[in-house]
Amino acid sequence: MNKPLARHGQIIWALFVTRTKEFYRDRGALLWSMLLPICIVAAIAFAFSGKEQVLFKVGVYQHGTATTIAEPLLKQPYVQRVDYENFEQALLRVQHHQLDLLLAADQPGKYWINESSAKGLAAEKLLLAKVDDDPSWSREAVSGQQVRYVDWVIPGVLGMNTMFGALFGIGFVIVRYRKNGVLKRLQVTPVTPLEFLTAQVLSRLLVMMITATVVYVGCDLFLSFVMLGSYLTLILVAILGIFSMITLALIIASRTSSEELANGLLNFVSFPMLLLSEVWFSLDNAPAWLVAVSQCFPLTHMVQAARDIMINGADFMAVSHHILVLAVMSGVFLAIAAYLFRWNER
Amino acid sequence: MNPILEVRHLKKQFAQLTAVNDISFQIQPGTCFGLLGPNGAGKTTTIEMIVGLTEPTSGEIFYQGKPRDQVFKMEAGIQFQSTSVMDKLTVAEILTLFHSLYHKRTNLPELIEACELGSLLSQKTTKLSGGQKQRLMFALALINDPQIVFLDEPTTGLDPQSRRNLWDMIERIKAQGKTVLLTTHYMDEAEILCDTLVIVDRGGIIAQGSPQELLKQYFDHFYVSLDRVDFESVMGTWPEPVIENHEQIEIQSRSVEVTLQNLQLQQVNLRSLRVRNPTLEDLFLKLTGHSLRE
Repeated sequence: MNKPLARHGQIIWALFVTRTKEFYRDRGALLWSMLLPICIVAAIAFAFSGKEQVLFKVGVYQHGTATTIAEPLLKQPYVQRVDYENFEQALLRVQHHQLDLLLAADQPGKYWINESSAKGLAAEKLLLAKVDDDPSWSREAVSGQQVRYVDWVIPGVLGMNTMFGALFGIGFVIVRYRKNGVLKRLQVTPVTPLEFLTAQVLSRLLVMMITATVVYVGCDLFLSFVMLGSYLTLILVAILGIFSMITLALIIASRTSSEELANGLLNFVSFPMLLLSEVWFSLDNAPAWLVAVSQCFPLTHMVQAARDIMINGADFMAVSHHILVLAVMSGVFLAIAAYLFRWNER
Repeated sequence: MNPILEVRHLKKQFAQLTAVNDISFQIQPGTCFGLLGPNGAGKTTTIEMIVGLTEPTSGEIFYQGKPRDQVFKMEAGIQFQSTSVMDKLTVAEILTLFHSLYHKRTNLPELIEACELGSLLSQKTTKLSGGQKQRLMFALALINDPQIVFLDEPTTGLDPQSRRNLWDMIERIKAQGKTVLLTTHYMDEAEILCDTLVIVDRGGIIAQGSPQELLKQYFDHFYVSLDRVDFESVMGTWPEPVIENHEQIEIQSRSVEVTLQNLQLQQVNLRSLRVRNPTLEDLFLKLTGHSLRE
């Protein structure tokens, strides 16, 4: 006896409403999920609002003659050298005041600075002093709004918050349902695993989108951060990012009824993402293999896409590769979760 | 009449443990069928196999003469011994949720009244007492107006008043013509509620029939009990079998009149005399050598 499509919809809706009410009534969890990221961002803003650091950051595009010429500058203890393999990326850093000066191996004698950056102009003076005011060196000026660390970190903090909310929020709920017999009770009703999982995913997605919106607006009120791109593209990235992490949590929660095991597995998944998905720091200087590992995490794609949209004004096409990866990850994770899912442990 | 449910040679093996061993029975529509046995006898595993929670190792299960399908799921109501419902919802919200999961549904206000849940509707499920929670679970088992209702140890852990309330509710659904499969380890519950029962022990059936038939089949005597101290003088010479307990003795009497005459003749003090019929507990003890509550 096959159910008509409308019956599937009614059942999913009933379970969706139920789960959403449960979350809404858990006031402590609700407040915490919104207040924590705002507190983190406020703390970061406060920590970085003091005096500017004296360190100069000089980017070097590839290795070669230019680095040899500028070696006296790069060897200074107050200069941090950052190597780049992508010139456009390095130039973007100069535009955003994240690099004070850029050198390119394939264009000796040229350097790039942002003329509106005081540190950029100071770095230029240092460079010229170290090359004895060699007239063959020429300035290439770039312009762009300064991107503070807090602007850079906001997409990461938002991503981190949604990651924890998505992974732990849905993972623990399903494990708890299995442990206390809720799933056993539902199993003997006409509810199918797909209906149940769909309702859980949709409810969590809604909750996480509302939470992320509140956190976004809250942080913006405090810090007035940079947002140059399209909100629609950002929302799409957020939906796919959250969806992929929810489906990842479904895999973890597919069979166990042990909250301890689920906690261990969720930490096992979330901590590498927290460290390697460019939430807190860029992997510009990291070894290639580490960058490759980070590309396996949905959070990396979510954070990189969101950051690109927010501080570089990237459009849909510019982040479409991240969107595609998130969509594929979501589909694969969901298929695995649906295959592995059991109402009970036996 | 064709049975509504039939189980043939059902077996469940967990590693080294045979939880259910070659159980077969039929349940007639409109009757209350009992699975009576001690904890660990295999009652819950049997129910879980019938309702589809656990795959049998071997054996067949037929509902309305056919292997179970989606129709069975729509027409069966189940109350488990240990399940729960969502934490932060009220009784009304839980009832509404489960009501919406079925195509065929019972009338909700009538169900609320029948299960005495009216005053609890706005109560969170976590705040319910044991008896109130069982009434809610009982209501959920009836929410789809089922043809057959499975009740797994429905009164375990309840106070006497709550047990009586639940018995009344079970009697009411029996009166509506629904079939009930009840597991219990309370022999009084089985005797009062069940039309037919099987007694199970260590995964297998050891007796099957109506409570009256079973008692008639296995017992041809009554029990006459006295304080041990009053019976001490005739203990060694009494002609009928005597069961010795701590402070009492029980005479297995084929004729109460004859036993009483003999007691009077022997000038035994009758101040503590009691006469009772055999019970299912006695039957279980007779068949297995151990008590139902062990």
